[in-house]
Amino acid sequence: MVSKMIDATTTPWVQVTAPGGGTGRIKIRSSGVKVYYGDKQALKGINLDIAENSVTALIGPSGCGKSTYLRCLNRMNDTIDRCRVEGTISLDGEDIYGRTIDTVQLRARVGMVFQKPNPFPKSIFDNVAYGPRIHGLARRIEDLEEIVQRSLERAGLWSEVKSRLLDPGTGLSGGQQQRLCIARAIAVNPEVILMDEPCSALDPIATAHIEELIDELRANYTIVIVTHNMQQAARVSQKTAFFHLGDLVEFNDTAEIFTNPRDDKTQGYITGRYG
Amino acid sequence: MPPADRHLGARLLTHGSTLTFLRKVQHPSQHPVDRFAEDLARFEAVRGPFKRTRPYDTDSRIPVDGAGAGFSSKVSIGMSASYLLLVLIVLGLFGYYLGKSRAVAIPVTPESRLHSVPSYHGYFVALWAGVPAFLLLALWVMLEGWLIMALVLGAMPERLTNVGDQELSLLRATILNHANGIDTGQTLDPAIEAAAVHYTTLSSIGNWCILVLGSVGAMVGVRFALRQVSMSLRARNHVEQVINVVLILCSLVAIMTTVGIVLSLLFEAMLFLSHVHPYDFLFGLQWSPQIAIRADQVGSSGAFGAVPLFTGTLLISAVAMAVAVPIGLLSAIYMAEYAPPLVRSLAKPVLEILAGIPTVVYGFFAALTMAPFVRRVFGAEGLGFDVSSESALAAGVVMGIMIIPFVSSLSDDVINAVPQSLRDGSYGLGATKSETISQVLLPAALPGIVGAILLAVSRAIGETMIVTMAAGLSANLTANPFEAVTTVTVQIATLLVGDQEFDSPKTLSAFGLGLVLFVVTLLLNIIALWVVNKYREKYD
Ligand SMILES: Nc1ncnc2c1ncn2[C@@H]1O[C@H](COP(=O)(O)OP(=O)(O)OP(=O)(O)O)[C@@H](O)[C@H]1O
Ligand SMILES: [Mg+2]
Repeated sequence: MVSKMIDATTTPWVQVTAPGGGTGRIKIRSSGVKVYYGDKQALKGINLDIAENSVTALIGPSGCGKSTYLRCLNRMNDTIDRCRVEGTISLDGEDIYGRTIDTVQLRARVGMVFQKPNPFPKSIFDNVAYGPRIHGLARRIEDLEEIVQRSLERAGLWSEVKSRLLDPGTGLSGGQQQRLCIARAIAVNPEVILMDEPCSALDPIATAHIEELIDELRANYTIVIVTHNMQQAARVSQKTAFFHLGDLVEFNDTAEIFTNPRDDKTQGYITGRYG
Repeated sequence: MPPADRHLGARLLTHGSTLTFLRKVQHPSQHPVDRFAEDLARFEAVRGPFKRTRPYDTDSRIPVDGAGAGFSSKVSIGMSASYLLLVLIVLGLFGYYLGKSRAVAIPVTPESRLHSVPSYHGYFVALWAGVPAFLLLALWVMLEGWLIMALVLGAMPERLTNVGDQELSLLRATILNHANGIDTGQTLDPAIEAAAVHYTTLSSIGNWCILVLGSVGAMVGVRFALRQVSMSLRARNHVEQVINVVLILCSLVAIMTTVGIVLSLLFEAMLFLSHVHPYDFLFGLQWSPQIAIRADQVGSSGAFGAVPLFTGTLLISAVAMAVAVPIGLLSAIYMAEYAPPLVRSLAKPVLEILAGIPTVVYGFFAALTMAPFVRRVFGAEGLGFDVSSESALAAGVVMGIMIIPFVSSLSDDVINAVPQSLRDGSYGLGATKSETISQVLLPAALPGIVGAILLAVSRAIGETMIVTMAAGLSANLTANPFEAVTTVTVQIATLLVGDQEFDSPKTLSAFGLGLVLFVVTLLLNIIALWVVNKYREKYD
């Protein structure tokens, strides 16, 4: 079913974005990345290069290690006690697991939107202003207000919350909270944005809005997105990586993966035979 | 201990205020028992010989004067009640199995099933064994004294009972005392002695009766309930109803106790305020509750201005909180966010040990270690302040140490309860650990932390022993932590220790203070609830 739709590339909503468009430079290079949670191995040696100013989609069945890989890229796995990471990951040629790296700076450069919306127990304004404040991005309050407004606008939330910026962020609906978290992440102006199923709690309109945003952000940022929605991966990404049971099974241009998968497992997954 | 020393120990044990006396005495370093003997000798020289009103066997503390001992057939209400309870438990278990097995034995078909599961039938029967007999017992416990006394008085000669209310209650008390074997030393009218014997006999008979009646009642109940067991018996609903009633009764007991305490406090406090004007009590600046024994003594009036006590309480609590809140909160943050799991699993129980140390031990520590230390550091040889030997600072600091675990343990729990996703969100934005803690975790955990701190405050306000031992008993109106002060609770304790007249303003003032303490803690709790709710609104 899905493959048939994807073949019909003329249908607007399964339009596969033309490959390339980025600078062609490699932003993040990972080789032999293995992750263990205690004794349990979650990733079994991933080699994956993420191109600058492009969107890379990570797909695969639940529990295959997509979130785990994503969390390696900004060292969020450090916060889990039993988690151990092997292999090398470099950002602009610099090993992010090296001794000299400062995780605080790294995470300011590599922002993250989580699978579950997690607004702070603060006002909507303070949620978005949190990052700019701690990184000193705004000298004057007007600058801060402008950053907040622009971030909320880009996340498609501004018109809904502009009259109640001082209300608690936790009082928003699930989908609004997720867009708030996206606004919060882009307010820091990172180089790379990691998005873990950013649209899983959104309605189709908000989803379309976020996809537009992702496409727009691509001009200046490098984006890695985890999604369970094949059409979304096809629509927004230039490169797609298919994970299965902790292995990277196939990594290629999105158009290639969806029209001409090399691996049977990829074929099976994107056509919905299993997953 | 050799027998002589044991006797000495008993003498010391039974005398409450000896402790205060002992503390004032400089001890040459001898064997403790010798020291106590010496102190006691000195004490007796001052206060007259130490005398007990009633001979005790120092080993078992059972009255040895013979009255009431040696009746094997005599059964007290406590004994009868515990035997009856034993019988009820056995019958209840028995009834449960009978009821359950009878319900299991009922043949069922897919169309007609038991209304309730067999075990409910079991509970149903067990309840019928217990509840009626238990109610009977409760009724008896409540009415026993009154009923028997009425019978006894009725059987007494008119000339003794036909008197005024006051004499009658005196008569009742005399009979009761005599029946219970309390020797008042008076020679009694033979009629009264006879009445006492009568009383003892009647209550013994009554208690036997209740034991038998209760057991029989339980058996009848079991039989009755077993007859009821059938397919359609709504056993589950009946059992749930009984459980419901039991739960309501339990909470009623708790509520009524609280109401009773408040009412008695209120009543006694009113009595006190009829002696001393509320304005003088609440706003008076002088506290010296001594009432003269002879009318011509100096300073016979007494002064009941409680302000020095309030400020003393406030001062010591403030010092304590100044110690406990920063140390407790910061160690909670360390344990929750920085400490490796191993350190945390060790440090937390160790900190909690602090809460388990008896306050008397803290009192020793405050009086013998902290107070001299404070004097050395701040006193004439140190920073040159004028430090008295008993200071609010020493007591406050030690009290602060005592309540650290209240703050740290609870705060640690609430900080830990903040969802990991909030930490992730903050770290994911490039926040440092301290930024995450101060800007995300603490605000999210604030209601819990406020609760922890208020709990610690009420603990500090209520603490008595440390202050008694380290801050003294003199009611000074001062904000200087180097002076001796006293607190509300300490005064309550000292006012009620020893032999007191229960209608003198001196004793009654304890209830006035108690009422104030109660109102303050109540207000504190209300404020705490209000703060917590306010933040709940803001931070979901
Ligand atoms: N904190 C953790 N502790 C232990 N095991 C974990 C932890 N997080 C993930 N895992 C395990 O690692 C494996 C990969 O998990 P991961 O969250 O990366 O999957 P995922 O591909 O993101 O799945 P989903 O699509 O459901 O989000 C799973 O088997 C999971 O059980
Ligand atoms: Mg995931």
